[in-house]
Amino acid sequence: MAKTLFEKIWDAHVVRSIPGGLDVFYIDKHLIHEVTSPQAFDEIAARNLPLFRKDQIVATADHNVPTRNQHLPIQDPLSRSQVDKLTQNCAKHNIELFGLGHQNQGIVHVIGPELGITQPGMTMVCGDSHTSTHGAFGAIAFGIGTSQVAQVMASQCLLLSKPKKMRITIEGNVRAGVTAKDLILYVISKLGTGGATGYFVEYAGSAISALSMEGRMTVCNMSIEMGARGGMIAPDETTFDYLKGRTYAPQGERWEQALAYWRTLYSDADATFDKEYFFAADEITPMITYGTNPGMGIAITEPIPSTVPSNEVVSFEKSLKYMGFQPGESLLGKEINYVFIGSCTNSRIEDLRTVAAYVKGKQKAQHVEAIIVPGSKQVEIQAKEEGLDRILAEAGFELREPGCSACLAMNEDKIPVGAYCVSTSNRNFEGRQGPGSRTLLASPLVAAITAVEGKIVDITQYLN
Amino acid sequence: MEKFEVLRSSAVPLPIENIDTDQIIPARFLKATSREGFGENLFRDWRYDSDNQPKSDFVLNDSRYSGRILVAGQNFGCGSSREHAAWAIYDAGFKVVISSYFADIFRGNALNNGLLPLQVSNEMLERLFRQIELDPETELVVDLVNEEFFVPAWNEKVSFQIDPYKKECLINGYDDIDFLVNQKEAIEAYEKNRAWAY
Repeated sequence: MAKTLFEKIWDAHVVRSIPGGLDVFYIDKHLIHEVTSPQAFDEIAARNLPLFRKDQIVATADHNVPTRNQHLPIQDPLSRSQVDKLTQNCAKHNIELFGLGHQNQGIVHVIGPELGITQPGMTMVCGDSHTSTHGAFGAIAFGIGTSQVAQVMASQCLLLSKPKKMRITIEGNVRAGVTAKDLILYVISKLGTGGATGYFVEYAGSAISALSMEGRMTVCNMSIEMGARGGMIAPDETTFDYLKGRTYAPQGERWEQALAYWRTLYSDADATFDKEYFFAADEITPMITYGTNPGMGIAITEPIPSTVPSNEVVSFEKSLKYMGFQPGESLLGKEINYVFIGSCTNSRIEDLRTVAAYVKGKQKAQHVEAIIVPGSKQVEIQAKEEGLDRILAEAGFELREPGCSACLAMNEDKIPVGAYCVSTSNRNFEGRQGPGSRTLLASPLVAAITAVEGKIVDITQYLN
Repeated sequence: MEKFEVLRSSAVPLPIENIDTDQIIPARFLKATSREGFGENLFRDWRYDSDNQPKSDFVLNDSRYSGRILVAGQNFGCGSSREHAAWAIYDAGFKVVISSYFADIFRGNALNNGLLPLQVSNEMLERLFRQIELDPETELVVDLVNEEFFVPAWNEKVSFQIDPYKKECLINGYDDIDFLVNQKEAIEAYEKNRAWAY
């Protein structure tokens, strides 16, 4: 029977189905971090349960780590206590931990792929909604709550109902200045924040397969922002080339066996989806958000809408009031004081290269604070090896140490009340980057140009 | 987990769409390592100003509204997977959230903590908002056993659906860990026979 990519992987991970429609679903890799794991470890301890498969758990500290002076003890006592708790729990249960100071430390969704832990055909979970990032490799990866973190610790399984299947196809060549971030911001602006609720999304089409692995990760990362349980892309030569030789990827004969299996992972030509959307790549232009959810995106040259559907009016009006914008207003010329380049969406080496290539020999505007937080220690090391750190420093950008940082502002990196920040992260929710902060989501290229110009501009005028 | 069968209560209305979990519990309050105490920071930045004074225009500070049922706009609980959002709502005294749809992860988190996410049609949601505005003391009866909720003021019963396994868990106060740990033999058998092991 014809199957979608999602069905092939899902069906291969059903331990048993129970009456009523739930599956006992097997998890290959469980990623944990300091924020959503402590209560799960306590749950396990309270029930006197062992960890069922500790070798399938990988831990990192990322959400509330400082991005300066990581060699020193963490200043904030609550953050320090949470990171210490992770360290103690991992030591107690003998779980592999990439803690502060480790050369593999970084944002959980950046280190999984870069170390080759993330592989096609896998099922992966983490107590973090952006686990959907790993779907870029043709894996079923999704975020879970802390009770489920405990369930996976106890049984390596979850009790789940199978989501519906959606395919989003983007065909054609993209215009100059249009990146993976623009593709996904465009799709979310069309579908809305709840448009894919209840679905697992497969991205397909020539504009998707033309993306690098880093671009694919950016696309899958933001699937959750339209309500999808996760996003995925069928693995291909781009995927295999990326994985080959990475630390945790299969080697030698195992690599050949894996490859033979991975090549079977695609949606059969006659497989059916519950819902399909088609978009033309050449209709997509550089994007930016104006509101307080990621669905409130527009082409950077387009005005803020004047009207919205009646079932969105309350949040639209509340949003514009919070952001200090008017319906129908253009964002072009809007002065910006902060630029944040980082997060599990856009903190990879390719993102840093994009920024460095644009700002080389230029200077950021004086009134702009431009912060770059690499996604991992490996990205930071690579940026230095390639001399990007020097280019960025000369342009007035500050390259920090890795972590989630001002994406959710659990550490010291916060945007002040009322300030505007063009951010490469994934969420522009009220207060997300600090109480009262105002976030405009955009690509690393848009962020770099904004930092130099000090205001929102039509970036296509700046491309050579 | 506390058992849930039937709840009679007035409701608190929050007619805003797309309420994300960052609003329910902002990230800076996620640094605790236990499950307790999140209720005091529920909707923190909507509920208090920057000097920690209650904002008079927010519904949780409005003495006309009270009860153990929160009625919220469509697409409730989108965004972050933080289960702290469900803990905060429950800790603040709510046992039911009514909306016209819920984000998937929030729905699961709620059910795992004895908080019932009750989905109604958009029309019903609008009617509920109008009714509560008209009479803030309107009583709602949520009957999980019979999968229906009853609005005595309308003399009307409305059925809702819930997964039978999840219903049994809520009624009995069970959770998934017990069930999954009891599947150990089946899980080990699966591990031995699967096509590709990572």
